[in-house]
Amino acid sequence: MIVLREVSKRFGDRVALDGVSIDVRPGTVHVLLGSSGSGKSTVLRVILGLVKPDRGEVAVDGTPVTDATRASLVRRMGYVVQDGGLYPHLTAFDNVALPADVHGWPAARTLARAAELGAMVGLDDQSLRLYPRELSGGQRQRVGLMRALVLDPPLLLLDEPLGALDPIVRSELQGQLGRLFATLGKTVVLVTHDIREAALLGTTITLMTAGRIVQQGTFADLVDRPATPFVTQFLTAQTLAAGAQKDR
Amino acid sequence: MRTIIGILALAVLLLHASGASAAADGVIRVGSKSFTESYILAEIAAQVIEQTGEARAERQLGLGGTGITYRAITSGAIDLYPEYTGTLSRIILKDATLGTPEAIRARLGASGLTMSEPLGFNNTYALAVRADTAERRGLGSIGDLARHPELRAAFSSGFLEREDGWPGLKRHYGLTLAEVRVMEHALTYRALAGGEVDVMDVFSTDGQLERLRLRILRDDRGFFPDYSAVLLARRDMAERFPRTWARLREVLEGSLDDRRMSALNAMADLDGKSVPEVAAAFVGASPPDAQRRPGIAAEIYALTFDHLVLVLVALAAAILLGMPMGIAAARFRRAGQVELGAIGMLQTVPALALLVFMIPLFGIGRVPALVALSLYALLPIVRNTYAGMISLDRQLLEIAEVLGLGPLRRLARIELPLASVSIMAGIKTSTVMTVGTATLAAFIGGGGYGTLIVRGLALDDVGTILAGAVPAAAMALLFHAGFELVDRIAIPRGLRRHTGTGPSEDRS
Repeated sequence: MIVLREVSKRFGDRVALDGVSIDVRPGTVHVLLGSSGSGKSTVLRVILGLVKPDRGEVAVDGTPVTDATRASLVRRMGYVVQDGGLYPHLTAFDNVALPADVHGWPAARTLARAAELGAMVGLDDQSLRLYPRELSGGQRQRVGLMRALVLDPPLLLLDEPLGALDPIVRSELQGQLGRLFATLGKTVVLVTHDIREAALLGTTITLMTAGRIVQQGTFADLVDRPATPFVTQFLTAQTLAAGAQKDR
Repeated sequence: MRTIIGILALAVLLLHASGASAAADGVIRVGSKSFTESYILAEIAAQVIEQTGEARAERQLGLGGTGITYRAITSGAIDLYPEYTGTLSRIILKDATLGTPEAIRARLGASGLTMSEPLGFNNTYALAVRADTAERRGLGSIGDLARHPELRAAFSSGFLEREDGWPGLKRHYGLTLAEVRVMEHALTYRALAGGEVDVMDVFSTDGQLERLRLRILRDDRGFFPDYSAVLLARRDMAERFPRTWARLREVLEGSLDDRRMSALNAMADLDGKSVPEVAAAFVGASPPDAQRRPGIAAEIYALTFDHLVLVLVALAAAILLGMPMGIAAARFRRAGQVELGAIGMLQTVPALALLVFMIPLFGIGRVPALVALSLYALLPIVRNTYAGMISLDRQLLEIAEVLGLGPLRRLARIELPLASVSIMAGIKTSTVMTVGTATLAAFIGGGGYGTLIVRGLALDDVGTILAGAVPAAAMALLFHAGFELVDRIAIPRGLRRHTGTGPSEDRS
């Protein structure tokens, strides 16, 4: 359970978050939707304790996120970023094994876990021996996901996880992610600017712009009962763009 | 990381193998400055010491100048070296009124030093021109120069700056010369012979004077002080080895007049005789035994080891010091700027000056040379470590935090490997630079290839200079090539520019 109460944050003159309150219910997929600069990634970083809010409160499973609690809290979170966020000097396997090493897992346990996760996300042993730049974008993303899942954290935070992929791979992985979320039953916060992705994966959607929340609800709520004209505008702009692409 | 640890291990090994300096007992360390006459006199002294058999002679020849030799003898790094009364009174004791050797000796007592009676010759400064120039322009005395302001002069840096050199001479005679350059002494002889300069400072016993048909301008208004050669020695040495000290004085005092010394200098400078040979000719000893005097090849071989020790130990120290400094500068940006500025300033100090600054702190020899070289090697390592650390991808660092890596593990497993390309580039630059700079160590008795370069410069022997310079250049090249290989190991495969497997296609 992740709770944000009236969280505000400025970076210099720029308002990144302005009175943001969010409840992420356990076992649901909560999508933070918005265009770039809307503050959706900052929400994720606030939850991770990477950004300290100027005002407001953040709590994970009832524990406020502070410098003192952060180390133990991040242990419950898996973090996935665009293009995997892999360390280029480590092989795919070593990237995946990194959190396990920190916790002093014996090699055999790490190997077994990696094999299990590889099967789950669809990555073969051969690819795990390669370095990130020797992998395709989709493979890198899968490795990033594996690394986030190694310790089997109850919370999964994903920041534009599929943003760097081409449309075909992207849509394939979207489907796979959906199935994964359903099987694992984790609490997921997913940041995206892609409406299709939000519709496909999100139990709840929070639409943001300029650091504020515009509307929270299901995808159907956003379509059928838009809180402001901006909601409809945001939804249709992308649908039209997608339509235009299909026509070509 | 492995490479860096390798360098450190090798350095420790070499330092160990090179051994601590010889035990103080039974050894007399003979020093000299880096010009022919000083080499010859010191070598004569060394051979006399060996003949006497009371102590072994250890040679620290070719030290960079008066400041270096004098500090070396007062600190006990050497026991004995040839000096001149004029230098002692004016430069060292800074009291030009000290006229007699007795007066000088009395003053030296306070520093635990003593000196011999004059050896006979007076090697004073003089100005020389080519004989044909003298005839054409009617130059006989220094005063005549006043009528020829168009003449081009080249002086050694000591002469140009010393009050008993050009500044005083200029005032004393009221001279103005159009062009006064600073040049290395041995090279100036060539320039003068080649007609590129007209006037130079010489020492009145220089071997080249007669051979190059040079004429000394008369010091008719008596400006130049007396520079009688003496042996300067530590009193404790004279007391510990009384027989040797007595023998040195017996052989050398009053036995070398200007012509004799000039002839000995010419043997070395012009006839290509080695300094030990020249000294042996004077001492009347059997020519130096071939086994004890290694040939040039053997000497280069020995100096290679010497030079390697200098480079690797200095480099190891610079890495041990420089990487943490670079990391610290990247962590604490504002203090880091101060740190980088300070190290940058260190780099503007000429390497030779930095070496000389080390003498009051560490004496002469390998230790001060290593300290100076380490400091000099610092900048590229600190800068590149800093540059590597600040250019790290922020997101990758955040992920490390989220993954639960503590600060130390983050540094060792993520940050340093990611910055390794930049850090290795800094180490490479430092190494190649240090191979070159280390040749200057010879000026303070630090050994290495510079020993040959300094000797070659003093004897104006291009062959000897090259015997030091070419191996130094080769070593720099070898290090460069070696690092190219090492890169393949030290820089993680995932960061290297070329790998066997290209980026594969999007197969997902």
